[in-house]
Amino acid sequence: MRFSSNLKQFVLLLIVGIVLLLGLLYKQPSVLVGRTDVVAVTPWLAPIVWEGTFDPDLIDMIYKSMNLTIATTVFAVGKYVRFLRDFLETAEKHFMVDFNVRYYVFTDRPGDVPSVNLPQGRHLSVIQVPGSNRWQEISARRMEIIQTAIERQIRREADYIFCLDVDSKFHAHWGAESLGRLVAVIHPWFYLATREHFTYERRPASTAYIPMDEGDYYYAGAMFGGFVEDVYTLTKVCRNHLEEDARNSIEALWQEESHLNRYLLYNKPSKLLSPEYQWDDKKTKTKEVKVIRFSSVVKNYAEIRPNV
Amino acid sequence: CSSCKSTLSSLYDLHCVCFLLTITTQSGRSLFCFCRRTDVVAVTPWLAPIVWEGTFDPVLIDNIYKPMNLTIATTVFAVGKYVRFLQDFLETAEKHFMVGFNVRYCVFTDRPHDVPSVNLNQGRHLSVIQVPGSNRWQEISARRMEIIQTTIEHQIRREADYIFCLDVDSKFHAHWGAESLGRLVAVIHPGYYEQTRDRFPYERRPASTAYIPMDEGDYYYGGAMIGGFVEDVYTLTKVCRNKFEEDAGNSLEAAWQEESHLNRYLLYNKPSKVLSPEYLWQDFKAKTKEVKVIRFSGVIKNYAEVRPNV
Repeated sequence: MRFSSNLKQFVLLLIVGIVLLLGLLYKQPSVLVGRTDVVAVTPWLAPIVWEGTFDPDLIDMIYKSMNLTIATTVFAVGKYVRFLRDFLETAEKHFMVDFNVRYYVFTDRPGDVPSVNLPQGRHLSVIQVPGSNRWQEISARRMEIIQTAIERQIRREADYIFCLDVDSKFHAHWGAESLGRLVAVIHPWFYLATREHFTYERRPASTAYIPMDEGDYYYAGAMFGGFVEDVYTLTKVCRNHLEEDARNSIEALWQEESHLNRYLLYNKPSKLLSPEYQWDDKKTKTKEVKVIRFSSVVKNYAEIRPNV
Repeated sequence: CSSCKSTLSSLYDLHCVCFLLTITTQSGRSLFCFCRRTDVVAVTPWLAPIVWEGTFDPVLIDNIYKPMNLTIATTVFAVGKYVRFLQDFLETAEKHFMVGFNVRYCVFTDRPHDVPSVNLNQGRHLSVIQVPGSNRWQEISARRMEIIQTTIEHQIRREADYIFCLDVDSKFHAHWGAESLGRLVAVIHPGYYEQTRDRFPYERRPASTAYIPMDEGDYYYGGAMIGGFVEDVYTLTKVCRNKFEEDAGNSLEAAWQEESHLNRYLLYNKPSKVLSPEYLWQDFKAKTKEVKVIRFSGVIKNYAEVRPNV
């Protein structure tokens, strides 16, 4: 099924799908008046998605006719299984509502995966993965595991994929405005910082190295997404770089998040999500972030992580 | 702007946040002074970028696209007396349009001998394709869809990745680069970007296949510029040509011929990128404060003298 590497076919399908759309009644878009407190496009013309810059009904309407399937990966290893229920229940309320979604839950405790009611068009697979006594390793190995799962299964089952952190809840609409070829999210703690304060990997010996005077944004490792094939390439490259570092006894400062940032500096995302899409419950709300759609919950790291 | 000596910030009002970025791409690093524009909207409600000066870094974008070794087809119709516009169109295109990229101009004309010989830079080619003339300018204009469709089938789809279909009676005045590339690209007509949709000159008769009701419509797009992936533009020209012919079969000609059909098509098949009126101006129009740069503009002409009919 799903989209073969034939992009032309996809493009034609896209056009035919939209042609079926009828009767578009919505407010006229303005050419001169919009949000002035945030930037809505990157210097390479990728949209940055903020509340008020898009019409969710219009966008969902455009994409729904394409009969897409969105894969959604989440890792619930060790005590992190406890976050699954809230993650899934709130996803069912807010995430890609009325789209076909396939959750892929990677866990070392399949027996602890809660049973959550899923409506039609939504499925959940549980995939067993090894645990670890280091949280850094659990985090970093996600790249390899996602890469493998795409090869074995996801590329035949889905058009788009999102790779999300499990220790978070959805609070508001997250829809098809987030779809694109390669999608990253701006980290909520760094969107106001200047680039020399970004927590990039700064040691030249690492494959994730980014010098102090380079960098576009600091992207959060908790969310990346896009076309299955584009995310596949990303995970493959990041996994290879992680392993190369490991052979040189280096572990990048923020593990796969560091490698993600390096990858996205050289392979610019086609769409960015604002920090509305990746918030942190510990952070006080700011004036730019009008809506919090997905946010990591407050937790006691010492209690739930296998190591410090 | 004190940090990068750019004069951009002096042109903009409100919240000009100017900062120097080092942009990294696979082909190297470049410096860009980025000013946030607060006087225009940079993205449509379906999240297609609207391209304005100051919203993008031309060097960065060209550096992203150049390694892809793309070919950009560029069609232009110079039928009847309109051949006279070719020299300026081509000479200014060589200065400003997709500089450094492979470009294939396709000049459609009924007067192949009147096509001027213009020096083209490396990687740039020109083909002349003979087409019939007409004693009605409306027909010359409208038949472009059919001719572009056919030419894509016969030739362009094997030779190019992207295509732009431009009006010939215009000149380039400033940078027009890879920031304009996308799957399906349209331009906002300079005469209507501040209007409410009930004032757009859409076709308003329900009997026409180009009909758009008064309470619908996103923008009024200019027929003088269509672009995108060759296959996406192919589909557009095919649909518009079919609709035009269906109307003709019912003795209807839409208000602005193929531009009306284009607008209908783009309402239902939203463009993936929209160019601001910087990319389609009209010399007779006084400059406005939002349009900081004029990149491509229709020259002043005496329609009575240059068209075959009124």
